[in-house]
Amino acid sequence: MVRPYTDYQPIMYAINVIVLNTTQSKTKYEVVIGLEVHAQLKTKTKIFCGCPVDFGADPNTNVCPVCLGMPGVLPVLNKQVVAYAVKTGLALGCKISKHCKFDRKQYFYPDLPKNYQISQYDQPICTSGQLEVNGKVIGIERIHMEEDAGKLVHAGSDRLHGSDYSLVDYNRTGTPLLEIVSKPDLRSAEEAKDYAQTLRSILRYLEVCDGNLEEGSMRCDVNVSLMPVGSKTFGTRCEIKNVNSFKSLARAIETETERQSEILDSGGKIIQETRLFEETSGKTISMRSKEEAHDYRYFPEPDLVPLEISQSWINEIKETIPELPHDKKIRYPKDYSLSIDDTKVLTDDRNMAEYYEAVVRLGANPKKAANWLIGPVTAHLKEHKTDIINCCMTPVQLADLLGFIEKGIINDNIAKAEILEELLSKGTNSEEIIKEKGLAQITDEGEIKSLVKEALETNPEQLKQLKEGKDKVKGFFVGQIMKKSGGKASPAVVNKLIDEYIK
Amino acid sequence: MLSKQQVEHVAKLARLSLTEDEVELYTKQLSKILDYIDQLNEVNTKGIEPMTQPIPTVNVMREDIVKKQFDRSEVLRNAPYEEYGFFRVPKIGE
Repeated sequence: MVRPYTDYQPIMYAINVIVLNTTQSKTKYEVVIGLEVHAQLKTKTKIFCGCPVDFGADPNTNVCPVCLGMPGVLPVLNKQVVAYAVKTGLALGCKISKHCKFDRKQYFYPDLPKNYQISQYDQPICTSGQLEVNGKVIGIERIHMEEDAGKLVHAGSDRLHGSDYSLVDYNRTGTPLLEIVSKPDLRSAEEAKDYAQTLRSILRYLEVCDGNLEEGSMRCDVNVSLMPVGSKTFGTRCEIKNVNSFKSLARAIETETERQSEILDSGGKIIQETRLFEETSGKTISMRSKEEAHDYRYFPEPDLVPLEISQSWINEIKETIPELPHDKKIRYPKDYSLSIDDTKVLTDDRNMAEYYEAVVRLGANPKKAANWLIGPVTAHLKEHKTDIINCCMTPVQLADLLGFIEKGIINDNIAKAEILEELLSKGTNSEEIIKEKGLAQITDEGEIKSLVKEALETNPEQLKQLKEGKDKVKGFFVGQIMKKSGGKASPAVVNKLIDEYIK
Repeated sequence: MLSKQQVEHVAKLARLSLTEDEVELYTKQLSKILDYIDQLNEVNTKGIEPMTQPIPTVNVMREDIVKKQFDRSEVLRNAPYEEYGFFRVPKIGE
């Protein structure tokens, strides 16, 4: 028997709202957290029929008799879904089941046209894996495949307010999902958030899921319970749904911890139930009173034959797994002498990591390339709400730019202020921009000498201080001279010439 | 023997409303069915793998290729009520 687990459930109406007061909860409890992550797979078609998986299509345009649950139709499993499940399982160190099957999970809800969801119950495709989060190993209980439900548009929006019906769009019905269930190994809101972010990063590296919490392509259900510090017996847990961002995830856990500890403090008992996180109030509210509805009466899906996964197929899938962030995090400090923090930023997103590696392969200094990508490049991408593969600058162009700095043809500031922006938004090349704008650094000592002389002589007061050994004033002069040269003077030469002048 | 409560529970899960008499009747009938099926427990299954599918086939899968969809008007023809291209259903909630 597997441990009982709850599952993605359609949203039901709030039944009662428990108002929390804001007093700080006491810290005599330890919080125990387990996460159930639903990842929508990036397949072209649905799990059991050839309808396209296409978000944002007009309602009910990507449906067919199979996903609508018409009588007499038969589901046929999408091979790619199995491949993605195995790929994810391997990346999370899971045991891949040689033999597994699908089951029916029965419940009535209008977003579920068949009145059952095809899922996997006692034979999930992957079991007992682990994920390392900040040096701590978090267990993965299981990963299974299942189909998503449709989308309900509830009455209550302005247009529909007061109406007694809902509208259903079945486009999402049958979208393949992986449910990834962690062991209850997480012990804080922060840790749970880190786990979810690490998992998202891996899913994106594997290119099996785009991991967008806001748009629902990755959804987290959070199980929270409290136990007295030092205890080994878990308390009664509540499951929280509707967590739509990593921030909400942490907040939902904090607010739920507070709610539960207040109940326990006042001698009350926690009722096992599903609760909904409300973004606006930051509170969790009870979702349903009828726990009886949890009786899903699973049984083996008679319309699908069992699945047998051969070792040769597993090996084939293994070949498609790229170097994962965890391995890059070990390699970067070794190969590129980067700090742990820099490594973390660069490896979180696969595109960024691969871009970085390409720039370094082209001969750029690893430390410099990292600084540029983490600093000005990321700032630009954020400002323009884009990412590294969608901007115009290729790794070759960035490597070139860093090369010009390295050779002393331009200085850092000019590169940042005058060239980078153009590379990122237009994709022209550095050499042309340098020529066109006349940005090449002035290294001719004769030319700079006259600028130095002029600056020092027009500021006698500061010159006096400089001669008295006040080093801070030197910065003032360098600034003046750089400004006069239009930023093009070589800072190294300027410094050298100032030193020579006051000797 | 099935209890009345079990029958009421199953009826609730199946969204059936039963009269007292019906509960009585179905308790008897369902119990009989279960007793009949219980005969299977007399078979010695020691060392036999559980079978979940009578067809001796595994791995029936299709490639991830998009197939022609149905026209929405055709799809909605089966709906008792439709609105703005959606299926219209009674509001769910308690």
